[in-house]
Amino acid sequence: MSMLDLFIDTFVSTMRDVLPITAVLVGFQLLVLRQKIANVWRVIRGFVYVLVGLAFFLMGLQEAIFPLGELMASQLTNPEFIYSELYAQGITTIQTVRWDDYLWVYAFAFSIGLATTLAEPSLIAVGMKAEQVSGGAVSALGLRLAVSLGVAIGVSIGCYRIVTGTDLWLYIIVAYIIVIAQTFRAPSMIIPLAYDSGGVTTSTVTVPLLAALGLGLAATIPGRSPLIDGFGLIAFASVFPIMSVMAYAQIVRWLEKHGK
Amino acid sequence: MMNLSGLFKATRPLLEALRDLTPIILVILFFQVFVLKQAIPNMEEMLIGMLFVLFGLALFVRGLEIGLFPMGEGMAHAFAKKGNIFWLLLFAFLLGFATTVAEPALIAVAGKAAEVAAQGGIIETTEQAMADYAFGLRMTVALSVGTAIVLGVLRILLGWPLHFCIIGGYFLVVMMTWFAPQEIIGIAYDSGGVTTSTITVPLVTALGVGLASSIRGRNPMLDGFGLIAFASLVPMIFVMLYGMLML
Repeated sequence: MSMLDLFIDTFVSTMRDVLPITAVLVGFQLLVLRQKIANVWRVIRGFVYVLVGLAFFLMGLQEAIFPLGELMASQLTNPEFIYSELYAQGITTIQTVRWDDYLWVYAFAFSIGLATTLAEPSLIAVGMKAEQVSGGAVSALGLRLAVSLGVAIGVSIGCYRIVTGTDLWLYIIVAYIIVIAQTFRAPSMIIPLAYDSGGVTTSTVTVPLLAALGLGLAATIPGRSPLIDGFGLIAFASVFPIMSVMAYAQIVRWLEKHGK
Repeated sequence: MMNLSGLFKATRPLLEALRDLTPIILVILFFQVFVLKQAIPNMEEMLIGMLFVLFGLALFVRGLEIGLFPMGEGMAHAFAKKGNIFWLLLFAFLLGFATTVAEPALIAVAGKAAEVAAQGGIIETTEQAMADYAFGLRMTVALSVGTAIVLGVLRILLGWPLHFCIIGGYFLVVMMTWFAPQEIIGIAYDSGGVTTSTITVPLVTALGVGLASSIRGRNPMLDGFGLIAFASLVPMIFVMLYGMLML
Protein backbone atom coordinates (compact mmCIF):
# COMPACT_ATOMS: atom_id res chain seq x y z
CA MET A 1 0.00 0.00 0.00
CA SER A 2 2.89 2.36 0.65
CA MET A 3 3.60 2.39 -3.09
CA LEU A 4 0.08 3.70 -3.73
CA ASP A 5 0.47 6.32 -1.00
CA LEU A 6 3.72 7.46 -2.51
CA PHE A 7 2.13 7.71 -5.94
CA ILE A 8 -0.82 9.72 -4.62
CA ASP A 9 1.60 11.97 -2.75
CA THR A 10 3.73 12.63 -5.83
CA PHE A 11 0.65 13.04 -8.00
CA VAL A 12 -0.89 15.61 -5.64
CA SER A 13 2.30 17.66 -5.46
CA THR A 14 2.63 17.56 -9.26
CA MET A 15 -1.00 18.69 -9.51
CA ARG A 16 -0.37 21.57 -7.13
CA ASP A 17 2.58 22.59 -9.25
CA VAL A 18 0.55 22.47 -12.45
CA LEU A 19 -2.72 23.99 -11.25
CA PRO A 20 -1.71 27.69 -11.46
CA ILE A 21 -0.40 27.20 -15.01
CA THR A 22 -3.59 25.44 -16.07
CA ALA A 23 -5.61 28.29 -14.60
CA VAL A 24 -3.64 30.85 -16.63
CA LEU A 25 -3.91 28.83 -19.84
CA VAL A 26 -7.62 28.12 -19.50
CA GLY A 27 -8.40 31.64 -18.30
CA PHE A 28 -6.77 33.28 -21.29
CA GLN A 29 -8.21 30.76 -23.67
CA LEU A 30 -11.77 31.35 -22.47
CA LEU A 31 -11.72 35.04 -21.58
CA VAL A 32 -9.20 36.69 -23.89
CA LEU A 33 -8.56 34.59 -26.98
CA ARG A 34 -12.08 33.09 -27.10
CA GLN A 35 -11.01 30.72 -29.78
CA LYS A 36 -11.72 27.08 -30.27
CA ILE A 37 -8.73 24.86 -29.68
CA ALA A 38 -8.12 22.34 -32.44
CA ASN A 39 -8.47 18.77 -31.16
CA VAL A 40 -9.38 19.93 -27.69
CA TRP A 41 -9.81 16.44 -26.28
CA ARG A 42 -6.49 15.34 -27.67
CA VAL A 43 -4.80 18.31 -25.98
CA ILE A 44 -6.53 17.54 -22.68
CA ARG A 45 -5.43 13.93 -22.99
CA GLY A 46 -1.90 15.22 -23.56
CA PHE A 47 -2.02 17.26 -20.36
CA VAL A 48 -3.22 14.22 -18.43
CA TYR A 49 -0.37 12.18 -19.94
CA VAL A 50 2.15 14.82 -18.87
CA LEU A 51 0.77 14.91 -15.33
CA VAL A 52 0.56 11.16 -14.82
CA GLY A 53 3.85 10.60 -16.64
CA LEU A 54 5.70 13.11 -14.48
CA ALA A 55 4.24 11.64 -11.30
CA PHE A 56 5.39 8.14 -12.29
CA PHE A 57 8.75 9.47 -13.38
CA LEU A 58 9.42 11.35 -10.13
CA MET A 59 8.16 8.51 -7.99
CA GLY A 60 10.36 5.98 -9.80
CA LEU A 61 13.37 8.27 -9.36
CA GLN A 62 12.72 8.51 -5.64
CA GLU A 63 12.33 4.74 -5.40
CA ALA A 64 15.16 3.56 -7.60
CA ILE A 65 17.76 6.15 -8.45
CA PHE A 66 18.06 8.87 -5.84
CA PRO A 67 18.64 6.75 -2.70
CA LEU A 68 21.32 4.60 -4.33
CA GLY A 69 22.89 7.49 -6.24
CA GLU A 70 23.12 9.64 -3.13
CA LEU A 71 24.50 6.74 -1.10
CA MET A 72 27.13 6.14 -3.77
CA ALA A 73 28.06 9.82 -3.87
CA SER A 74 28.64 9.84 -0.13
CA GLN A 75 30.58 6.55 -0.22
CA LEU A 76 32.81 7.67 -3.09
CA THR A 77 33.70 10.91 -1.32
CA ASN A 78 34.27 9.21 2.04
CA PRO A 79 37.94 9.35 3.12
CA GLU A 80 37.67 5.68 4.09
CA PHE A 81 37.20 4.86 0.40
CA ILE A 82 39.57 7.48 -1.02
CA TYR A 83 42.41 6.58 1.31
CA SER A 84 41.53 2.90 1.75
CA GLU A 85 45.17 1.89 1.33
CA LEU A 86 46.35 4.26 4.05
CA TYR A 87 43.47 3.22 6.28
CA ALA A 88 44.50 -0.41 5.77
CA GLN A 89 47.95 0.51 7.12
CA GLY A 90 46.32 2.11 10.12
CA ILE A 91 46.94 5.71 9.08
CA THR A 92 43.73 7.64 9.59
CA THR A 93 44.86 11.25 9.64
CA ILE A 94 45.32 12.61 6.17
CA GLN A 95 47.91 15.38 6.03
CA THR A 96 47.49 16.86 2.61
CA VAL A 97 44.68 16.42 0.13
CA ARG A 98 46.04 15.86 -3.35
CA TRP A 99 43.82 16.44 -6.34
CA ASP A 100 44.63 13.06 -7.89
CA ASP A 101 43.45 11.19 -4.80
CA TYR A 102 39.95 11.80 -6.09
CA LEU A 103 40.13 10.35 -9.59
CA TRP A 104 37.13 8.05 -9.03
CA VAL A 105 35.10 11.03 -7.88
CA TYR A 106 35.81 12.90 -11.12
CA ALA A 107 34.97 9.78 -13.11
CA PHE A 108 31.71 9.39 -11.23
CA ALA A 109 30.86 13.08 -11.63
CA PHE A 110 31.53 12.86 -15.36
CA SER A 111 29.49 9.73 -15.99
CA ILE A 112 26.57 10.57 -13.70
CA GLY A 113 26.42 14.10 -15.15
CA LEU A 114 26.34 12.65 -18.67
CA ALA A 115 23.79 9.95 -17.87
CA THR A 116 21.32 12.04 -15.85
CA THR A 117 21.32 14.90 -18.35
CA LEU A 118 20.46 12.47 -21.16
CA ALA A 119 17.34 11.49 -19.21
CA GLU A 120 16.32 15.06 -18.31
CA PRO A 121 12.70 15.53 -19.51
CA SER A 122 12.94 19.28 -20.15
CA LEU A 123 16.01 18.75 -22.31
CA ILE A 124 14.13 16.08 -24.28
CA ALA A 125 11.40 18.68 -24.86
CA VAL A 126 13.84 21.34 -26.09
CA GLY A 127 15.60 18.78 -28.28
CA MET A 128 12.31 17.77 -29.93
CA LYS A 129 11.46 21.42 -30.67
CA ALA A 130 14.95 22.25 -31.93
CA GLU A 131 14.95 19.35 -34.38
CA GLN A 132 11.50 20.32 -35.64
CA VAL A 133 12.21 24.04 -35.96
CA SER A 134 15.61 23.61 -37.61
CA GLY A 135 14.12 21.17 -40.12
CA GLY A 136 16.47 18.46 -38.90
CA ALA A 137 19.66 20.54 -39.16
CA VAL A 138 20.00 20.21 -35.39
CA SER A 139 19.29 16.63 -34.40
CA ALA A 140 17.51 16.13 -31.08
CA LEU A 141 19.92 13.43 -29.98
CA GLY A 142 22.98 15.38 -31.15
CA LEU A 143 21.90 18.41 -29.14
CA ARG A 144 21.20 16.32 -26.07
CA LEU A 145 24.56 14.57 -26.33
CA ALA A 146 26.30 17.94 -26.65
CA VAL A 147 24.51 19.30 -23.57
CA SER A 148 25.20 16.13 -21.58
CA LEU A 149 28.87 16.24 -22.47
CA GLY A 150 28.97 19.87 -21.35
CA VAL A 151 27.41 18.98 -18.00
CA ALA A 152 29.77 16.02 -17.59
CA ILE A 153 32.89 18.13 -18.24
CA GLY A 154 31.53 20.99 -16.14
CA VAL A 155 30.79 18.95 -13.02
CA SER A 156 34.12 17.08 -13.23
CA ILE A 157 35.92 20.42 -13.25
CA GLY A 158 33.58 21.54 -10.49
CA CYS A 159 34.64 18.57 -8.35
CA TYR A 160 38.29 19.32 -9.08
CA ARG A 161 37.65 22.86 -7.86
CA ILE A 162 36.12 21.67 -4.60
CA VAL A 163 39.02 19.28 -4.00
CA THR A 164 41.68 21.89 -4.70
CA GLY A 165 39.73 24.69 -3.04
CA THR A 166 40.34 27.23 -5.81
CA ASP A 167 38.06 30.22 -6.19
CA LEU A 168 34.67 29.65 -7.84
CA TRP A 169 34.68 33.13 -9.38
CA LEU A 170 37.85 32.44 -11.32
CA TYR A 171 36.30 29.48 -13.09
CA ILE A 172 32.95 31.13 -13.74
CA ILE A 173 34.50 34.32 -15.12
CA VAL A 174 36.88 32.40 -17.38
CA ALA A 175 33.93 30.28 -18.52
CA TYR A 176 31.92 33.39 -19.38
CA ILE A 177 34.82 34.88 -21.31
CA ILE A 178 34.99 31.69 -23.38
CA VAL A 179 31.20 31.82 -23.87
CA ILE A 180 31.42 35.43 -25.10
CA ALA A 181 34.29 34.62 -27.45
CA GLN A 182 32.41 31.65 -28.86
CA THR A 183 29.24 33.72 -29.25
CA PHE A 184 30.97 35.87 -31.83
CA ARG A 185 32.39 32.93 -33.78
CA ALA A 186 29.74 30.18 -33.63
CA PRO A 187 26.96 29.92 -36.26
CA SER A 188 24.37 32.49 -35.16
CA MET A 189 21.50 29.99 -35.47
CA ILE A 190 22.78 27.96 -32.57
CA ILE A 191 23.28 30.77 -30.06
CA PRO A 192 19.77 31.10 -28.61
CA LEU A 193 19.55 27.34 -28.32
CA ALA A 194 22.94 27.20 -26.60
CA TYR A 195 21.92 29.87 -24.07
CA ASP A 196 18.71 27.98 -23.36
CA SER A 197 20.63 24.75 -22.76
CA GLY A 198 22.23 26.26 -19.69
CA GLY A 199 18.85 26.58 -18.03
CA VAL A 200 17.30 23.25 -18.90
CA THR A 201 20.04 21.04 -17.52
CA THR A 202 19.56 21.96 -13.90
CA SER A 203 16.27 20.22 -13.47
CA THR A 204 14.61 17.15 -11.99
CA VAL A 205 17.13 14.35 -12.42
CA THR A 206 20.50 16.05 -12.36
CA VAL A 207 20.27 18.46 -9.43
CA PRO A 208 19.59 16.04 -6.53
CA LEU A 209 22.49 13.75 -7.47
CA LEU A 210 24.93 16.60 -8.12
CA ALA A 211 23.92 18.27 -4.88
CA ALA A 212 24.63 15.02 -3.02
CA LEU A 213 28.03 14.75 -4.67
CA GLY A 214 28.96 18.36 -3.99
CA LEU A 215 27.78 18.16 -0.38
CA GLY A 216 29.64 14.87 0.16
CA LEU A 217 32.87 16.37 -1.16
CA ALA A 218 32.51 19.65 0.69
CA ALA A 219 31.69 17.93 3.97
CA THR A 220 34.62 15.48 3.94
CA ILE A 221 37.45 17.71 2.73
CA PRO A 222 38.83 19.93 5.49
CA GLY A 223 38.34 23.64 4.93
CA ARG A 224 35.40 23.37 2.52
CA SER A 225 31.98 24.72 3.39
CA PRO A 226 29.01 22.62 2.26
CA LEU A 227 26.91 25.76 1.94
CA ILE A 228 29.21 27.44 -0.57
CA ASP A 229 30.68 24.48 -2.40
CA GLY A 230 27.48 22.47 -2.72
CA PHE A 231 25.84 25.04 -4.98
CA GLY A 232 28.97 25.70 -6.98
CA LEU A 233 28.54 22.42 -8.83
CA ILE A 234 25.15 23.50 -10.20
CA ALA A 235 26.71 26.69 -11.54
CA PHE A 236 29.23 24.59 -13.49
CA ALA A 237 26.42 22.42 -14.83
CA SER A 238 24.69 25.49 -16.25
CA VAL A 239 27.65 27.24 -17.90
CA PHE A 240 29.48 24.40 -19.59
CA PRO A 241 26.56 23.20 -21.76
CA ILE A 242 26.45 26.67 -23.35
CA MET A 243 30.04 26.13 -24.50
CA SER A 244 29.56 22.54 -25.59
CA VAL A 245 26.45 23.29 -27.66
CA MET A 246 28.24 26.13 -29.48
CA ALA A 247 31.26 23.88 -29.93
CA TYR A 248 28.99 21.18 -31.36
CA ALA A 249 27.71 23.62 -33.99
CA GLN A 250 31.22 24.84 -34.72
CA ILE A 251 32.46 21.28 -35.22
CA VAL A 252 29.52 20.41 -37.47
CA ARG A 253 30.21 23.48 -39.59
CA TRP A 254 33.93 22.71 -39.75
CA LEU A 255 33.22 19.14 -40.84
CA GLU A 256 30.89 20.37 -43.55
CA LYS A 257 33.56 22.72 -44.86
CA HIS A 258 36.46 20.32 -44.74
CA GLY A 259 34.62 17.04 -45.16
CA LYS A 260 34.75 16.93 -48.91
CA MET B 1 -6.67 -4.46 -37.24
CA MET B 2 -3.65 -3.87 -35.04
CA ASN B 3 -0.87 -4.10 -37.56
CA LEU B 4 2.85 -4.15 -36.96
CA SER B 5 3.52 -0.51 -37.68
CA GLY B 6 0.80 0.47 -35.21
CA LEU B 7 2.44 -1.68 -32.59
CA PHE B 8 5.79 -0.15 -33.40
CA LYS B 9 4.33 3.33 -33.07
CA ALA B 10 2.92 2.50 -29.65
CA THR B 11 6.14 1.05 -28.31
CA ARG B 12 8.48 3.63 -29.83
CA PRO B 13 8.24 6.11 -26.91
CA LEU B 14 8.93 3.24 -24.51
CA LEU B 15 11.97 2.14 -26.50
CA GLU B 16 13.27 5.71 -26.61
CA ALA B 17 12.74 6.08 -22.89
CA LEU B 18 14.66 2.84 -22.38
CA ARG B 19 17.49 4.22 -24.51
CA ASP B 20 17.53 7.44 -22.46
CA LEU B 21 17.65 5.64 -19.14
CA THR B 22 20.15 2.90 -19.93
CA PRO B 23 23.20 5.13 -19.27
CA ILE B 24 22.07 5.85 -15.70
CA ILE B 25 21.59 2.16 -14.99
CA LEU B 26 25.00 1.32 -16.46
CA VAL B 27 26.79 4.06 -14.51
CA ILE B 28 25.21 3.03 -11.22
CA LEU B 29 25.89 -0.66 -11.83
CA PHE B 30 29.49 -0.05 -12.82
CA PHE B 31 30.38 2.10 -9.84
CA GLN B 32 28.47 -0.03 -7.38
CA VAL B 33 29.88 -3.37 -8.51
CA PHE B 34 33.37 -2.57 -9.81
CA VAL B 35 34.44 0.52 -7.88
CA LEU B 36 32.69 0.33 -4.53
CA LYS B 37 32.53 -3.49 -4.82
CA GLN B 38 29.12 -3.80 -3.24
CA ALA B 39 25.90 -5.56 -4.13
CA ILE B 40 22.85 -3.61 -5.29
CA PRO B 41 20.59 -3.21 -2.24
CA ASN B 42 16.83 -3.83 -2.70
CA MET B 43 17.11 -5.12 -6.24
CA GLU B 44 13.35 -5.61 -6.44
CA GLU B 45 12.42 -2.05 -5.45
CA MET B 46 15.01 -0.71 -7.84
CA LEU B 47 13.60 -2.69 -10.76
CA ILE B 48 10.04 -1.57 -10.03
CA GLY B 49 11.23 2.01 -9.67
CA MET B 50 13.02 1.84 -13.01
CA LEU B 51 9.86 0.56 -14.68
CA PHE B 52 7.96 3.56 -13.26
CA VAL B 53 10.62 5.95 -14.55
CA LEU B 54 10.50 4.31 -17.97
CA PHE B 55 6.73 4.37 -18.26
CA GLY B 56 6.51 7.89 -16.83
CA LEU B 57 9.07 9.31 -19.27
CA ALA B 58 7.36 7.69 -22.28
CA LEU B 59 3.97 9.04 -21.21
CA PHE B 60 5.41 12.51 -20.56
CA VAL B 61 6.97 12.71 -24.04
CA ARG B 62 3.72 11.59 -25.69
CA GLY B 63 1.84 14.21 -23.66
CA LEU B 64 4.26 16.89 -24.87
CA GLU B 65 3.62 15.96 -28.48
CA ILE B 66 -0.16 15.97 -28.31
CA GLY B 67 -0.83 18.42 -25.44
CA LEU B 68 1.71 20.96 -24.23
CA PHE B 69 3.38 21.78 -27.56
CA PRO B 70 0.21 22.24 -29.66
CA MET B 71 -1.42 24.23 -26.86
CA GLY B 72 1.57 26.56 -26.38
CA GLU B 73 2.02 27.14 -30.08
CA GLY B 74 -1.71 27.45 -30.74
CA MET B 75 -2.00 30.18 -28.13
CA ALA B 76 1.08 31.96 -29.48
CA HIS B 77 -0.48 32.01 -32.98
CA ALA B 78 -3.79 33.23 -31.56
CA PHE B 79 -2.06 36.07 -29.71
CA ALA B 80 -0.11 37.05 -32.82
CA LYS B 81 -3.33 37.11 -34.86
CA LYS B 82 -5.17 39.12 -32.24
CA GLY B 83 -2.33 41.63 -32.27
CA ASN B 84 -2.99 43.00 -28.78
CA ILE B 85 0.37 43.44 -27.12
CA PHE B 86 -1.05 44.17 -23.67
CA TRP B 87 -2.81 40.81 -23.40
CA LEU B 88 0.22 38.99 -24.78
CA LEU B 89 2.56 40.57 -22.24
CA LEU B 90 0.12 39.96 -19.40
CA PHE B 91 -0.11 36.34 -20.48
CA ALA B 92 3.69 36.07 -20.63
CA PHE B 93 3.99 37.55 -17.15
CA LEU B 94 1.35 35.31 -15.61
CA LEU B 95 2.78 32.22 -17.29
CA GLY B 96 6.19 32.91 -15.75
CA PHE B 97 4.73 33.87 -12.38
CA ALA B 98 2.32 30.95 -12.15
CA THR B 99 4.80 28.27 -13.14
CA THR B 100 7.24 29.48 -10.51
CA VAL B 101 5.21 30.45 -7.49
CA ALA B 102 4.14 26.90 -6.65
CA GLU B 103 7.39 25.22 -7.69
CA PRO B 104 8.36 22.76 -4.90
CA ALA B 105 12.10 23.28 -5.46
CA LEU B 106 11.69 27.03 -4.97
CA ILE B 107 9.66 26.58 -1.77
CA ALA B 108 12.46 24.37 -0.42
CA VAL B 109 15.21 26.82 -1.38
CA ALA B 110 13.34 29.79 0.10
CA GLY B 111 12.87 27.97 3.40
CA LYS B 112 16.55 27.11 3.54
CA ALA B 113 17.48 30.69 2.70
CA ALA B 114 15.37 31.98 5.60
CA GLU B 115 17.21 29.64 7.98
CA VAL B 116 20.57 30.85 6.72
CA ALA B 117 19.48 34.47 7.05
CA ALA B 118 18.24 33.89 10.60
CA GLN B 119 21.49 32.17 11.62
CA GLY B 120 23.46 34.99 10.06
CA GLY B 121 21.56 37.52 12.17
CA ILE B 122 20.08 39.28 9.17
CA ILE B 123 16.53 38.69 10.33
CA GLU B 124 15.12 37.74 13.72
CA THR B 125 15.07 34.07 14.58
CA THR B 126 11.31 33.96 15.09
CA GLU B 127 9.03 31.70 13.05
CA GLN B 128 7.17 34.74 11.78
CA ALA B 129 10.24 36.59 10.58
CA MET B 130 11.55 33.52 8.81
CA ALA B 131 8.22 32.77 7.16
CA ASP B 132 7.98 36.39 5.98
CA TYR B 133 11.49 36.30 4.58
CA ALA B 134 10.87 33.01 2.77
CA PHE B 135 7.57 34.29 1.37
CA GLY B 136 9.19 37.53 0.22
CA LEU B 137 11.94 35.61 -1.50
CA ARG B 138 9.47 33.29 -3.22
CA MET B 139 7.44 36.22 -4.49
CA THR B 140 10.62 37.94 -5.67
CA VAL B 141 11.64 34.91 -7.70
CA ALA B 142 8.14 34.42 -9.13
CA LEU B 143 7.97 38.12 -10.08
CA SER B 144 11.39 37.88 -11.64
CA VAL B 145 10.44 34.91 -13.82
CA GLY B 146 7.28 36.72 -14.91
CA THR B 147 9.40 39.76 -15.79
CA ALA B 148 11.91 37.52 -17.57
CA ILE B 149 9.27 36.02 -19.86
CA VAL B 150 7.89 39.50 -20.58
CA LEU B 151 11.38 40.74 -21.50
CA GLY B 152 11.96 37.63 -23.61
CA VAL B 153 8.67 38.10 -25.47
CA LEU B 154 9.45 41.80 -26.02
CA ARG B 155 12.79 40.75 -27.45
CA ILE B 156 11.02 38.45 -29.93
CA LEU B 157 8.57 41.20 -30.91
CA LEU B 158 11.26 43.85 -31.34
CA GLY B 159 13.92 41.54 -32.77
CA TRP B 160 16.74 42.44 -30.36
CA PRO B 161 19.75 40.15 -30.70
CA LEU B 162 19.71 37.72 -27.79
CA HIS B 163 23.41 37.67 -27.02
CA PHE B 164 23.53 41.38 -26.19
CA CYS B 165 20.71 40.94 -23.67
CA ILE B 166 22.21 37.88 -22.02
CA ILE B 167 25.84 39.00 -21.98
CA GLY B 168 24.73 42.38 -20.66
CA GLY B 169 22.68 40.60 -18.01
CA TYR B 170 25.63 38.52 -16.88
CA PHE B 171 27.77 41.63 -16.60
CA LEU B 172 25.11 43.02 -14.30
CA VAL B 173 25.14 39.80 -12.26
CA VAL B 174 28.92 39.90 -11.87
CA MET B 175 28.81 43.59 -10.87
CA MET B 176 26.03 43.02 -8.36
CA THR B 177 27.95 40.13 -6.83
CA TRP B 178 30.41 42.72 -5.47
CA PHE B 179 27.69 44.70 -3.73
CA ALA B 180 25.19 42.09 -2.62
CA PRO B 181 25.46 40.65 0.90
CA GLN B 182 27.50 37.43 1.03
CA GLU B 183 24.63 35.33 2.37
CA ILE B 184 22.32 35.95 -0.55
CA ILE B 185 24.77 35.20 -3.37
CA GLY B 186 24.58 31.42 -3.14
CA ILE B 187 20.80 31.55 -3.02
CA ALA B 188 20.72 33.96 -5.95
CA TYR B 189 22.82 31.71 -8.15
CA ASP B 190 20.72 28.72 -7.13
CA SER B 191 17.46 30.49 -7.92
CA GLY B 192 18.44 30.75 -11.57
CA GLY B 193 18.39 26.98 -11.76
CA VAL B 194 15.27 26.12 -9.81
CA THR B 195 12.92 28.27 -11.85
CA THR B 196 13.02 26.23 -15.02
CA SER B 197 10.78 23.30 -14.18
CA THR B 198 9.82 20.39 -16.36
CA ILE B 199 6.46 21.85 -17.33
CA THR B 200 7.63 25.45 -17.75
CA VAL B 201 10.32 24.58 -20.27
CA PRO B 202 8.14 22.94 -22.95
CA LEU B 203 5.36 25.53 -22.59
CA VAL B 204 7.67 28.52 -22.72
CA THR B 205 9.66 27.03 -25.61
CA ALA B 206 6.46 26.40 -27.56
CA LEU B 207 5.32 29.98 -26.85
CA GLY B 208 8.60 31.45 -28.11
CA VAL B 209 8.78 29.30 -31.22
CA GLY B 210 5.08 29.85 -31.94
CA LEU B 211 5.44 33.65 -31.66
CA ALA B 212 8.60 33.80 -33.74
CA SER B 213 7.07 31.70 -36.50
CA SER B 214 3.87 33.74 -36.71
CA ILE B 215 5.47 37.19 -36.75
CA ARG B 216 6.73 38.34 -40.11
CA GLY B 217 10.49 38.83 -40.28
CA ARG B 218 11.26 36.65 -37.27
CA ASN B 219 13.14 33.40 -37.54
CA PRO B 220 11.94 30.67 -35.17
CA MET B 221 15.46 29.34 -34.72
CA LEU B 222 17.07 32.77 -34.06
CA ASP B 223 14.18 34.42 -32.22
CA GLY B 224 12.08 31.57 -30.89
CA PHE B 225 14.59 30.20 -28.42
CA GLY B 226 16.06 32.24 -25.61
CA LEU B 227 13.12 32.58 -23.21
CA ILE B 228 14.64 29.97 -20.88
CA ALA B 229 17.91 31.89 -20.90
CA PHE B 230 16.04 34.97 -19.65
CA ALA B 231 14.20 32.89 -17.06
CA SER B 232 17.47 31.66 -15.59
CA LEU B 233 19.21 35.05 -15.67
CA VAL B 234 16.68 37.58 -14.34
CA PRO B 235 15.98 35.75 -11.02
CA MET B 236 19.66 36.10 -10.06
CA ILE B 237 19.44 39.86 -10.49
CA PHE B 238 16.15 40.15 -8.61
CA VAL B 239 17.25 37.97 -5.69
CA MET B 240 20.48 39.91 -5.21
CA LEU B 241 18.43 43.11 -5.31
CA TYR B 242 16.10 41.62 -2.71
CA GLY B 243 19.11 40.82 -0.53
CA MET B 244 20.44 44.37 -0.89
CA LEU B 245 17.10 46.00 -0.09
CA MET B 246 16.33 43.75 2.88
CA LEU B 247 19.46 44.80 4.72
